[in-house]
Amino acid sequence: MKITAAEALVRCLENEQVEVVFGYPGGAILPVYDMLYDSGMRHVLARHEQGAVHAADGYARVSGRVGVCMATSGPGATNLVTGIANAYMDSVPMVLFTGQVPTTMVGTDSFQEVDITGISMPVTKHNYLIKEARQLPQIIKNAFHIASTGRPGPVLIDIPKDVAESEIYFEYPSQVKLWGYSPTYRGHPQKINEAVSAIQQSKRPVIYAGGGILNSGALEDLRNFAEIINAPVTNTFMGLSSFSGSHPLYLGMLGLHGSRYANRAISECDLLIALGARFDDRVTGKIAEFAPHAKVIHADIDPAEIGKNVLVDIPIVGDVKRILRAFNARLEPRENKEWVETVQQWKKDYPVTYKQDDNMLKPQYVIEKIYEHTGGNATIATDVGQHQMWVAQFYSFNRPRGLVSSGGLGCMGFGLPSAMGAQIGIPGEQVALVTSEGSFQMTMQEMATIVEQNLPVKIFILNNDSLGMVRQLQEVYCNKRYMATNLKFVPDFEVFARAYGVSAFSASSNEEVDKVVPEAFNTPGPVVVNCKVHQDENVTPMVLAGKGISNAIDV
Amino acid sequence: MRHTLAVLVENNPGVLARVSSLFSRRGYNIDSLAVGRTDDPAVSRMTIVVEGDARVLEQVNKQLHKLVDIIKISDITADEFVDRELVLIKVNADPSIRGEVMQIADVFRARIVDLGQNTITLECTGNGGKVNAFEEAVKPYCIKELVRTGKIAMWRGAKYTGFPGSSNKTNKEDE
Ligand SMILES: Cc1ncc(C[n+]2csc(CCOP(=O)(O)OP(=O)(O)O)c2C)c(N)n1
Repeated sequence: MKITAAEALVRCLENEQVEVVFGYPGGAILPVYDMLYDSGMRHVLARHEQGAVHAADGYARVSGRVGVCMATSGPGATNLVTGIANAYMDSVPMVLFTGQVPTTMVGTDSFQEVDITGISMPVTKHNYLIKEARQLPQIIKNAFHIASTGRPGPVLIDIPKDVAESEIYFEYPSQVKLWGYSPTYRGHPQKINEAVSAIQQSKRPVIYAGGGILNSGALEDLRNFAEIINAPVTNTFMGLSSFSGSHPLYLGMLGLHGSRYANRAISECDLLIALGARFDDRVTGKIAEFAPHAKVIHADIDPAEIGKNVLVDIPIVGDVKRILRAFNARLEPRENKEWVETVQQWKKDYPVTYKQDDNMLKPQYVIEKIYEHTGGNATIATDVGQHQMWVAQFYSFNRPRGLVSSGGLGCMGFGLPSAMGAQIGIPGEQVALVTSEGSFQMTMQEMATIVEQNLPVKIFILNNDSLGMVRQLQEVYCNKRYMATNLKFVPDFEVFARAYGVSAFSASSNEEVDKVVPEAFNTPGPVVVNCKVHQDENVTPMVLAGKGISNAIDV
Repeated sequence: MRHTLAVLVENNPGVLARVSSLFSRRGYNIDSLAVGRTDDPAVSRMTIVVEGDARVLEQVNKQLHKLVDIIKISDITADEFVDRELVLIKVNADPSIRGEVMQIADVFRARIVDLGQNTITLECTGNGGKVNAFEEAVKPYCIKELVRTGKIAMWRGAKYTGFPGSSNKTNKEDE
């Protein structure tokens, strides 16, 4: 029997066990929405396509499944672009469908036509424009495979309206058809042996673990590895929550706003073991001063990351989990007693702290209280800015995949929609959003979706009436010339929340925070907490542009 | 250093755009790029000449590999290969100097493909060096139009050594 390609699309999603689609309808994608009507598929209607794509992203991050998102042609498609770039930078598996004008009109600048495959080429892992309806099932099969295997990433499929309406014989393909695409999972045995002997010889090893640990599900293997060789572990921002925040070997985050002890450990180690990380410039600072005394082992699924930014002594391409298992099977336990003690001493010498002030609420205090209340077991979504770095510094993650945040792109506005997607991905669990008034205003229209979907996300706005992170940059680099970073008008977020029928609290002192944090978590449904925090607070330590990470300053 | 890459790609729409946008976005310098289908119509072959040191080339290779449409990449620079380029050149040549131009063409074994009232159009095939030399030689006659294809290249066949199985070397990474 023949069915339309639009119906086939829905069948394909069912075959891929998709449980929820985030999207926004329109003319060119009408045939697909018409088929969703009869299907049992859950559709979450965002209030802006950027909201839909970030929600699909948040959903994918917490669940490890492929996020699915739909939008119409033209403006619908271009509104997705920021979210696609965000998912691409952070290696999040996603499949996006966009409607397109009918094939006969493609290329004629017709109404709501935009070349979305062209636009999204540099920010997708792959993309397709379907020219013939019969290609659709195979393309969708391939897309889910590409998105979720190897180094994950977003795949976009553009479907002209007439293609969606054409009829095809439907059968879901059992196999992907891709000639040149085959990620390497197994680490090269010779390289593994080289790495093992380097580890056995090392006296001052450090493990530098990134988001690849989470993507490959290697948390337990990482813990075993660290414990076998007694090596301290530092996380990249994307790697946070891949190693227990309360483990004695843990050094927290490294890099530009990393802990002094993590950065010092990197600077003095004799062996750097990079796992599923990519030596981003926010991690390395001045490359020549990064791990200057160390031999470098770099294990990653993406061969192009190896040797891209730093020279590597032992490259291992493969799945980090398999590589760690191979290490663990071969390694003899090591003590590294002196080194571990030295690093422990540094942890005591330069703790990550902030100065309390009796007269003012410090933003870090709010995060500490959220941590205390949740025991580090909540999933925390953030926006971008100072508050994001404070979460990294003061919230100690005990739940794997517990952080939902825009790392590579640093995309303000990611917070609320991603928290919403995350809550849909882990319905029974606690999801909180830590944001600030600047970022929140970029996508706060999604409050409607949160209410409509009845998502009990607890929203903490660290309201400092300023674009704090940029204000900090202006303080440090521009001689306190605060250009366009003081927000002279900020809406009353309590009134805003009530307009959506959402419970709202506010706090402007430690005592109020002590009271309001438990209250917020104990209130059913979504909650907004407006925390009036001190404006001049800076994220510290800070490595200035062009400096090595051992030269952090206090700001 | 200049490298010659032989790249097999799935013959999908947009594949050329993917490759060229990758080069421009990552700041790699393409000297030339020639593309056409192979004996299998579903597969195209690109010959890309790219300038860069070993580290750049490694990145080019790896980033190209990440494109889903790419089937295989071989850096054939270090191997024995034959390469050809074709040039069409139209020069000013009124009847009084046609003889001279034709003599030059003869030396380079170029062919005359068109004669106009005051012009002559020549076709020359060879490796890049020969094509350059030919271009230089006809320059004095005032080039009105010139088009080059970019280089295409292929390994030489295995030398006959008497041992079966001695075959072409490939540089495909096994990792
Ligand atoms: C979409 C977008 N635009 C601009 C920036 C640049 N930027 C980075 S942090 C920041 C300020 C964020 O302010 P806010 O959300 O209030 O957070 P705070 O730093 O005050 O905690 C800006 C403007 C960005 N990261 N993303």
